[in-house]
Amino acid sequence: MSSIREIKRRIRAISNIQHVTGAMKMVAAAKLRRAQSQVWAARPYAQKTAEVAGRLALAPDAQMLPLVASREVNKTCYVLIIGDKGLAGAYNANLIHLVQDCLAKEEKPAALIILGRKGVQYFRQRSVEILKYYLDIGDEPDLSLARGLARQLMEIFLDGQVDEVNLVYARFYSALRNVPQVERLLPIETPSVEGVEMADYIYEPEPMRVLEAILPRYCEIKVYQALLEAKASELSARMVAMDGATKNSGEMIDQLTLSFNKARQAAITTELLEVATGAEALKAQG
Amino acid sequence: MSTTKLEVVTPQRKILAVEVESVVAPGAEGYLGVLPRHAPLITTLKSGVVYYHKVGGKTERMAVSGGFMEAGPDKVIILADTAELSTEIDIERARQAKERAEKRLRERPPGLDWTRAENALQRSLARLKAAGADK
Repeated sequence: MSSIREIKRRIRAISNIQHVTGAMKMVAAAKLRRAQSQVWAARPYAQKTAEVAGRLALAPDAQMLPLVASREVNKTCYVLIIGDKGLAGAYNANLIHLVQDCLAKEEKPAALIILGRKGVQYFRQRSVEILKYYLDIGDEPDLSLARGLARQLMEIFLDGQVDEVNLVYARFYSALRNVPQVERLLPIETPSVEGVEMADYIYEPEPMRVLEAILPRYCEIKVYQALLEAKASELSARMVAMDGATKNSGEMIDQLTLSFNKARQAAITTELLEVATGAEALKAQG
Repeated sequence: MSTTKLEVVTPQRKILAVEVESVVAPGAEGYLGVLPRHAPLITTLKSGVVYYHKVGGKTERMAVSGGFMEAGPDKVIILADTAELSTEIDIERARQAKERAEKRLRERPPGLDWTRAENALQRSLARLKAAGADK
Protein backbone atom coordinates (compact mmCIF):
# COMPACT_ATOMS: atom_id res chain seq x y z
CA MET A 1 0.00 0.00 0.00
CA SER A 2 1.32 3.40 -0.87
CA SER A 3 2.43 5.47 2.04
CA ILE A 4 0.10 7.92 3.67
CA ARG A 5 2.15 10.88 2.61
CA GLU A 6 2.09 9.77 -1.00
CA ILE A 7 -1.67 9.42 -1.01
CA LYS A 8 -2.01 12.81 0.57
CA ARG A 9 0.15 14.33 -2.13
CA ARG A 10 -1.91 12.73 -4.87
CA ILE A 11 -5.15 13.96 -3.36
CA ARG A 12 -3.79 17.47 -3.33
CA ALA A 13 -2.55 17.20 -6.92
CA ILE A 14 -5.89 15.92 -8.14
CA SER A 15 -7.85 18.55 -6.35
CA ASN A 16 -5.64 21.16 -8.02
CA ILE A 17 -6.47 19.62 -11.38
CA GLN A 18 -10.10 19.62 -10.42
CA HIS A 19 -9.94 23.34 -9.79
CA VAL A 20 -8.44 23.92 -13.20
CA THR A 21 -10.92 21.73 -15.07
CA GLY A 22 -13.78 23.27 -13.12
CA ALA A 23 -12.62 26.75 -14.10
CA MET A 24 -12.19 25.72 -17.72
CA LYS A 25 -15.68 24.33 -17.73
CA MET A 26 -17.09 27.59 -16.43
CA VAL A 27 -15.16 29.60 -19.00
CA ALA A 28 -16.28 27.34 -21.83
CA ALA A 29 -19.88 27.53 -20.64
CA ALA A 30 -19.81 31.33 -20.55
CA LYS A 31 -18.24 31.56 -23.99
CA LEU A 32 -20.62 28.96 -25.31
CA ARG A 33 -23.57 31.09 -24.33
CA ARG A 34 -22.21 33.93 -26.43
CA ALA A 35 -21.32 31.69 -29.34
CA GLN A 36 -24.72 30.09 -29.25
CA SER A 37 -26.52 33.40 -29.40
CA GLN A 38 -24.31 34.39 -32.33
CA VAL A 39 -25.29 31.22 -34.12
CA TRP A 40 -28.97 31.97 -33.59
CA ALA A 41 -28.52 35.60 -34.58
CA ALA A 42 -26.91 34.69 -37.89
CA ARG A 43 -29.61 32.23 -38.90
CA PRO A 44 -32.37 34.57 -40.10
CA TYR A 45 -30.04 36.31 -42.52
CA ALA A 46 -28.67 33.03 -43.82
CA GLN A 47 -32.15 31.64 -44.27
CA LYS A 48 -33.43 34.67 -46.11
CA THR A 49 -30.40 34.86 -48.36
CA ALA A 50 -30.78 31.20 -49.23
CA GLU A 51 -34.45 31.76 -49.96
CA VAL A 52 -33.88 34.68 -52.30
CA ALA A 53 -30.94 32.99 -53.99
CA GLY A 54 -32.99 29.83 -54.40
CA ARG A 55 -35.80 31.70 -56.06
CA LEU A 56 -33.44 33.46 -58.41
CA ALA A 57 -31.64 30.29 -59.27
CA LEU A 58 -34.76 29.09 -61.05
CA ALA A 59 -33.79 31.42 -63.86
CA PRO A 60 -32.62 29.48 -66.90
CA ASP A 61 -29.29 31.30 -67.19
CA ALA A 62 -28.50 30.94 -63.51
CA GLN A 63 -26.65 27.69 -64.08
CA MET A 64 -24.21 29.54 -66.32
CA LEU A 65 -22.87 31.80 -63.60
CA PRO A 66 -19.29 30.90 -62.73
CA LEU A 67 -20.04 30.47 -59.03
CA VAL A 68 -22.88 28.08 -59.77
CA ALA A 69 -21.68 26.18 -62.82
CA SER A 70 -20.27 22.82 -61.83
CA ARG A 71 -17.41 21.54 -63.90
CA GLU A 72 -15.34 18.43 -64.10
CA VAL A 73 -13.55 18.03 -60.82
CA ASN A 74 -9.80 17.75 -61.13
CA LYS A 75 -8.98 18.97 -57.71
CA THR A 76 -11.09 19.21 -54.61
CA CYS A 77 -10.44 21.53 -51.74
CA TYR A 78 -11.49 20.81 -48.19
CA VAL A 79 -11.71 23.68 -45.75
CA LEU A 80 -11.23 22.27 -42.30
CA ILE A 81 -12.49 24.36 -39.43
CA ILE A 82 -11.01 22.94 -36.27
CA GLY A 83 -9.87 24.03 -32.82
CA ASP A 84 -6.70 25.85 -31.86
CA LYS A 85 -6.63 24.15 -28.50
CA GLY A 86 -7.17 20.65 -27.28
CA LEU A 87 -8.90 19.59 -24.08
CA ALA A 88 -12.19 19.34 -25.87
CA GLY A 89 -12.78 15.62 -25.80
CA ALA A 90 -12.94 13.97 -29.18
CA TYR A 91 -13.87 17.19 -30.97
CA ASN A 92 -10.64 17.70 -32.90
CA ALA A 93 -10.01 14.01 -33.45
CA ASN A 94 -13.45 13.49 -34.94
CA LEU A 95 -12.93 16.26 -37.45
CA ILE A 96 -9.52 14.96 -38.43
CA HIS A 97 -10.95 11.48 -38.96
CA LEU A 98 -13.67 12.86 -41.15
CA VAL A 99 -11.18 14.74 -43.31
CA GLN A 100 -9.02 11.67 -43.61
CA ASP A 101 -11.98 9.62 -44.72
CA CYS A 102 -12.76 12.22 -47.35
CA LEU A 103 -9.18 12.33 -48.55
CA ALA A 104 -9.00 8.56 -48.71
CA LYS A 105 -12.11 8.42 -50.88
CA GLU A 106 -10.85 11.09 -53.23
CA GLU A 107 -9.38 9.71 -56.44
CA LYS A 108 -8.25 13.03 -57.84
CA PRO A 109 -5.79 15.17 -55.90
CA ALA A 110 -7.19 17.12 -53.01
CA ALA A 111 -5.90 20.05 -51.04
CA LEU A 112 -6.64 21.43 -47.62
CA ILE A 113 -7.21 24.82 -46.16
CA ILE A 114 -7.03 24.64 -42.42
CA LEU A 115 -8.34 26.99 -39.78
CA GLY A 116 -7.06 25.99 -36.40
CA ARG A 117 -3.77 24.88 -34.95
CA LYS A 118 -4.81 21.29 -34.21
CA GLY A 119 -5.46 20.58 -37.85
CA VAL A 120 -2.20 22.16 -38.97
CA GLN A 121 -0.25 20.18 -36.40
CA TYR A 122 -1.73 16.95 -37.61
CA PHE A 123 -1.64 17.42 -41.37
CA ARG A 124 1.69 19.21 -41.62
CA GLN A 125 3.59 15.97 -41.26
CA ARG A 126 1.45 14.13 -43.75
CA SER A 127 1.54 14.07 -47.48
CA VAL A 128 -1.36 16.39 -48.06
CA GLU A 129 -1.17 19.66 -49.86
CA ILE A 130 -2.08 22.52 -47.57
CA LEU A 131 -3.03 25.55 -49.61
CA LYS A 132 -3.34 27.86 -46.67
CA TYR A 133 -3.75 27.79 -42.99
CA TYR A 134 -4.89 30.16 -40.30
CA LEU A 135 -4.14 30.02 -36.61
CA ASP A 136 -5.66 31.73 -33.59
CA ILE A 137 -9.09 32.49 -34.82
CA GLY A 138 -10.22 33.30 -31.35
CA ASP A 139 -13.44 32.50 -29.65
CA GLU A 140 -15.53 35.01 -31.50
CA PRO A 141 -15.11 34.67 -35.23
CA ASP A 142 -16.11 37.96 -36.79
CA LEU A 143 -17.75 38.69 -40.05
CA SER A 144 -14.75 40.34 -41.65
CA LEU A 145 -12.72 37.17 -41.16
CA ALA A 146 -15.48 35.12 -42.78
CA ARG A 147 -15.73 37.59 -45.65
CA GLY A 148 -12.00 37.51 -46.28
CA LEU A 149 -11.96 33.76 -46.23
CA ALA A 150 -15.01 33.45 -48.45
CA ARG A 151 -13.46 35.82 -50.98
CA GLN A 152 -10.27 33.82 -51.07
CA LEU A 153 -12.21 30.63 -51.57
CA MET A 154 -14.21 32.16 -54.39
CA GLU A 155 -10.99 33.41 -55.93
CA ILE A 156 -9.22 30.08 -55.97
CA PHE A 157 -12.37 28.49 -57.28
CA LEU A 158 -12.82 31.01 -60.08
CA ASP A 159 -9.12 30.87 -60.94
CA GLY A 160 -9.51 27.18 -61.55
CA GLN A 161 -6.99 26.24 -58.86
CA VAL A 162 -9.63 23.95 -57.43
CA ASP A 163 -12.90 22.77 -58.91
CA GLU A 164 -14.84 22.14 -55.78
CA VAL A 165 -14.74 23.58 -52.29
CA ASN A 166 -16.15 21.77 -49.28
CA LEU A 167 -16.42 22.95 -45.73
CA VAL A 168 -15.65 20.48 -42.98
CA TYR A 169 -16.88 21.56 -39.59
CA ALA A 170 -18.89 20.38 -36.64
CA ARG A 171 -22.49 21.45 -36.87
CA PHE A 172 -23.87 22.63 -33.58
CA TYR A 173 -27.15 21.09 -32.50
CA SER A 174 -27.11 21.52 -28.76
CA ALA A 175 -24.64 21.80 -25.95
CA LEU A 176 -24.46 18.02 -25.86
CA ARG A 177 -24.56 17.26 -29.54
CA ASN A 178 -22.46 18.37 -32.47
CA VAL A 179 -21.87 16.45 -35.63
CA PRO A 180 -18.81 16.81 -37.86
CA GLN A 181 -19.94 17.11 -41.42
CA VAL A 182 -18.87 17.97 -44.94
CA GLU A 183 -20.79 20.66 -46.74
CA ARG A 184 -20.40 21.81 -50.32
CA LEU A 185 -19.62 25.49 -50.66
CA LEU A 186 -18.59 25.90 -54.30
CA PRO A 187 -19.92 25.49 -56.88
CA ILE A 188 -22.99 26.77 -55.12
CA GLU A 189 -25.78 24.28 -54.88
CA THR A 190 -28.70 26.60 -55.09
CA PRO A 191 -31.24 25.74 -52.47
CA SER A 192 -34.54 24.73 -53.95
CA VAL A 193 -37.65 26.59 -52.96
CA GLU A 194 -40.94 25.09 -53.94
CA GLY A 195 -43.99 26.85 -55.18
CA VAL A 196 -42.42 30.15 -56.05
CA GLU A 197 -42.53 31.34 -59.60
CA MET A 198 -39.68 33.39 -60.89
CA ALA A 199 -41.98 35.64 -62.86
CA ASP A 200 -43.84 36.71 -59.74
CA TYR A 201 -41.15 39.17 -58.86
CA ILE A 202 -40.03 42.53 -60.10
CA TYR A 203 -36.26 42.68 -60.16
CA GLU A 204 -34.25 45.79 -59.97
CA PRO A 205 -31.80 45.67 -61.71
CA GLU A 206 -32.41 42.60 -63.87
CA PRO A 207 -32.49 39.17 -62.18
CA MET A 208 -29.03 38.07 -63.19
CA ARG A 209 -27.43 41.17 -61.76
CA VAL A 210 -29.30 40.68 -58.51
CA LEU A 211 -28.21 37.08 -58.43
CA GLU A 212 -24.63 38.10 -59.08
CA ALA A 213 -24.83 40.40 -56.08
CA ILE A 214 -26.47 37.83 -53.86
CA LEU A 215 -24.35 34.77 -54.55
CA PRO A 216 -21.10 36.08 -53.07
CA ARG A 217 -23.04 37.13 -49.98
CA TYR A 218 -24.62 33.73 -49.80
CA CYS A 219 -21.16 32.26 -49.88
CA GLU A 220 -19.91 34.63 -47.21
CA ILE A 221 -22.75 33.94 -44.86
CA LYS A 222 -22.27 30.22 -45.29
CA VAL A 223 -18.64 30.51 -44.30
CA TYR A 224 -19.57 32.80 -41.42
CA GLN A 225 -22.16 30.36 -40.18
CA ALA A 226 -19.75 27.46 -40.45
CA LEU A 227 -17.24 29.39 -38.36
CA LEU A 228 -19.84 30.18 -35.73
CA GLU A 229 -21.19 26.66 -35.58
CA ALA A 230 -17.70 25.21 -35.37
CA LYS A 231 -16.84 27.53 -32.53
CA ALA A 232 -20.00 26.75 -30.62
CA SER A 233 -19.38 23.04 -31.13
CA GLU A 234 -15.83 23.34 -29.92
CA LEU A 235 -16.83 25.23 -26.81
CA SER A 236 -19.63 22.81 -26.02
CA ALA A 237 -17.28 19.86 -26.52
CA ARG A 238 -14.80 21.49 -24.19
CA MET A 239 -17.46 22.20 -21.63
CA VAL A 240 -18.65 18.59 -21.66
CA ALA A 241 -15.10 17.25 -21.53
CA MET A 242 -14.16 19.48 -18.64
CA ASP A 243 -17.35 18.64 -16.82
CA GLY A 244 -16.47 14.97 -17.17
CA ALA A 245 -12.94 15.61 -15.98
CA THR A 246 -14.16 17.50 -12.95
CA LYS A 247 -16.54 14.69 -12.03
CA ASN A 248 -13.90 12.02 -12.57
CA SER A 249 -11.39 13.84 -10.43
CA GLY A 250 -14.06 14.08 -7.73
CA GLU A 251 -14.47 10.33 -7.88
CA MET A 252 -10.74 9.83 -7.74
CA ILE A 253 -10.44 12.06 -4.73
CA ASP A 254 -13.15 10.05 -2.98
CA GLN A 255 -11.32 6.80 -3.68
CA LEU A 256 -8.01 8.17 -2.61
CA THR A 257 -9.53 9.60 0.55
CA LEU A 258 -10.87 6.16 1.31
CA SER A 259 -7.50 4.51 0.87
CA PHE A 260 -5.92 7.34 2.82
CA ASN A 261 -8.25 6.65 5.74
CA LYS A 262 -7.64 2.95 5.47
CA ALA A 263 -3.89 3.45 5.45
CA ARG A 264 -4.13 5.77 8.41
CA GLN A 265 -6.29 3.31 10.30
CA ALA A 266 -3.87 0.53 9.48
CA ALA A 267 -0.98 2.59 10.74
CA ILE A 268 -2.79 3.36 13.99
CA THR A 269 -3.66 -0.29 14.47
CA THR A 270 -0.10 -1.36 13.88
CA GLU A 271 1.15 1.25 16.32
CA LEU A 272 -1.35 0.17 18.95
CA LEU A 273 -0.36 -3.43 18.47
CA GLU A 274 3.27 -2.50 18.88
CA VAL A 275 2.57 -0.59 22.06
CA ALA A 276 0.46 -3.41 23.41
CA THR A 277 3.04 -6.04 22.55
CA GLY A 278 5.77 -3.90 24.09
CA ALA A 279 3.76 -3.51 27.29
CA GLU A 280 3.06 -7.24 27.42
CA ALA A 281 6.72 -8.00 26.96
CA LEU A 282 7.71 -5.61 29.76
CA LYS A 283 5.09 -7.13 32.06
CA ALA A 284 6.35 -10.63 31.31
CA GLN A 285 9.92 -9.55 32.14
CA GLY A 286 8.96 -7.77 35.36
CA MET B 1 -54.79 52.40 -43.25
CA SER B 2 -53.06 49.18 -44.03
CA THR B 3 -49.60 48.50 -42.77
CA THR B 4 -46.69 46.30 -43.67
CA LYS B 5 -44.08 44.59 -41.60
CA LEU B 6 -40.50 45.78 -41.90
CA GLU B 7 -37.66 43.49 -40.96
CA VAL B 8 -34.04 44.50 -41.10
CA VAL B 9 -31.50 41.73 -40.75
CA THR B 10 -27.72 41.76 -40.91
CA PRO B 11 -25.46 38.73 -40.74
CA GLN B 12 -24.81 39.52 -37.10
CA ARG B 13 -28.30 40.15 -35.83
CA LYS B 14 -31.84 41.13 -36.45
CA ILE B 15 -31.83 44.90 -36.21
CA LEU B 16 -35.48 45.67 -36.39
CA ALA B 17 -38.95 44.22 -36.83
CA VAL B 18 -41.78 46.76 -36.74
CA GLU B 19 -45.12 47.51 -38.33
CA VAL B 20 -44.73 50.44 -40.71
CA GLU B 21 -46.86 52.52 -43.03
CA SER B 22 -44.11 53.10 -45.57
CA VAL B 23 -40.47 52.42 -46.30
CA VAL B 24 -38.03 54.32 -48.48
CA ALA B 25 -34.80 52.53 -49.34
CA PRO B 26 -31.70 53.27 -51.43
CA GLY B 27 -32.18 50.82 -54.29
CA ALA B 28 -29.57 50.06 -56.89
CA GLU B 29 -31.32 52.37 -59.33
CA GLY B 30 -32.21 55.12 -56.94
CA TYR B 31 -34.30 55.59 -53.85
CA LEU B 32 -37.58 53.79 -53.95
CA GLY B 33 -40.61 53.89 -51.73
CA VAL B 34 -42.61 50.88 -50.66
CA LEU B 35 -46.16 51.08 -49.38
CA PRO B 36 -48.28 48.26 -48.05
CA ARG B 37 -49.56 45.79 -50.67
CA HIS B 38 -46.58 46.35 -52.90
CA ALA B 39 -46.03 43.96 -55.78
CA PRO B 40 -43.29 41.40 -55.05
CA LEU B 41 -39.94 43.04 -55.70
CA ILE B 42 -36.31 42.27 -55.13
CA THR B 43 -33.63 44.88 -55.45
CA THR B 44 -30.04 45.32 -54.45
CA LEU B 45 -29.24 48.22 -52.16
CA LYS B 46 -26.56 50.86 -52.14
CA SER B 47 -25.19 52.60 -49.09
CA GLY B 48 -27.74 55.08 -47.94
CA VAL B 49 -30.52 55.89 -45.58
CA VAL B 50 -33.65 53.85 -45.05
CA TYR B 51 -36.65 55.90 -43.96
CA TYR B 52 -39.53 54.13 -42.36
CA HIS B 53 -42.75 55.49 -40.98
CA LYS B 54 -43.80 53.58 -37.90
CA VAL B 55 -47.47 52.96 -37.34
CA GLY B 56 -48.82 55.82 -35.32
CA GLY B 57 -45.34 57.22 -35.00
CA LYS B 58 -43.05 59.40 -36.95
CA THR B 59 -40.55 58.75 -39.70
CA GLU B 60 -37.33 57.26 -38.49
CA ARG B 61 -34.02 56.79 -40.20
CA MET B 62 -31.45 54.08 -40.41
CA ALA B 63 -28.13 53.83 -42.23
CA VAL B 64 -27.53 50.74 -44.34
CA SER B 65 -24.66 49.72 -46.56
CA GLY B 66 -25.08 47.21 -49.33
CA GLY B 67 -27.33 44.22 -49.37
CA PHE B 68 -30.75 43.73 -50.83
CA MET B 69 -34.40 44.21 -50.14
CA GLU B 70 -37.35 41.98 -50.75
CA ALA B 71 -40.73 43.66 -50.74
CA GLY B 72 -43.93 41.68 -50.62
CA PRO B 73 -47.59 42.54 -50.08
CA ASP B 74 -47.40 42.41 -46.31
CA LYS B 75 -43.73 42.27 -45.54
CA VAL B 76 -40.55 44.13 -46.41
CA ILE B 77 -37.27 42.46 -45.64
CA ILE B 78 -33.98 44.28 -45.83
CA LEU B 79 -30.89 42.10 -45.78
CA ALA B 80 -28.12 44.58 -45.22
CA ASP B 81 -24.38 44.11 -44.95
CA THR B 82 -24.48 46.58 -42.10
CA ALA B 83 -27.35 48.55 -40.62
CA GLU B 84 -27.53 51.03 -37.79
CA LEU B 85 -30.48 52.83 -36.29
CA SER B 86 -30.06 56.59 -36.25
CA THR B 87 -29.76 56.51 -32.47
CA GLU B 88 -26.93 54.00 -32.57
CA ILE B 89 -24.68 55.92 -34.90
CA ASP B 90 -21.41 57.25 -33.59
CA ILE B 91 -21.39 60.64 -35.32
CA GLU B 92 -17.83 61.47 -34.44
CA ARG B 93 -16.56 58.20 -35.86
CA ALA B 94 -18.58 58.58 -39.03
CA ARG B 95 -17.25 62.10 -39.48
CA GLN B 96 -13.69 60.91 -39.09
CA ALA B 97 -14.30 58.10 -41.56
CA LYS B 98 -15.72 60.58 -44.02
CA GLU B 99 -12.71 62.86 -43.72
CA ARG B 100 -10.36 59.93 -44.08
CA ALA B 101 -12.11 58.71 -47.20
CA GLU B 102 -12.22 62.19 -48.70
CA LYS B 103 -8.55 62.67 -48.04
CA ARG B 104 -7.67 59.42 -49.73
CA LEU B 105 -9.77 60.26 -52.75
CA ARG B 106 -8.21 63.72 -52.95
CA GLU B 107 -4.60 62.68 -52.52
CA ARG B 108 -4.81 59.48 -54.56
CA PRO B 109 -1.91 57.62 -53.03
CA PRO B 110 -0.42 55.00 -55.34
CA GLY B 111 -2.25 51.69 -55.18
CA LEU B 112 -5.44 53.31 -53.98
CA ASP B 113 -8.41 50.99 -54.14
CA TRP B 114 -10.91 53.38 -55.67
CA THR B 115 -14.03 51.37 -55.16
CA ARG B 116 -13.13 50.71 -51.57
CA ALA B 117 -12.44 54.35 -50.78
CA GLU B 118 -15.58 55.38 -52.62
CA ASN B 119 -17.64 52.84 -50.71
CA ALA B 120 -16.17 54.00 -47.42
CA LEU B 121 -17.14 57.55 -48.27
CA GLN B 122 -20.66 56.53 -49.20
CA ARG B 123 -21.04 54.56 -46.00
CA SER B 124 -19.90 57.41 -43.81
CA LEU B 125 -22.15 59.86 -45.67
CA ALA B 126 -25.10 57.53 -45.18
CA ARG B 127 -24.36 57.31 -41.47
CA LEU B 128 -24.12 61.06 -41.08
CA LYS B 129 -27.30 61.58 -43.02
CA ALA B 130 -29.19 59.00 -40.99
CA ALA B 131 -27.96 60.57 -37.79
CA GLY B 132 -29.06 63.98 -39.04
CA ALA B 133 -25.54 65.37 -38.81
CA ASP B 134 -24.81 65.89 -42.46
CA LYS B 135 -25.21 69.63 -42.49
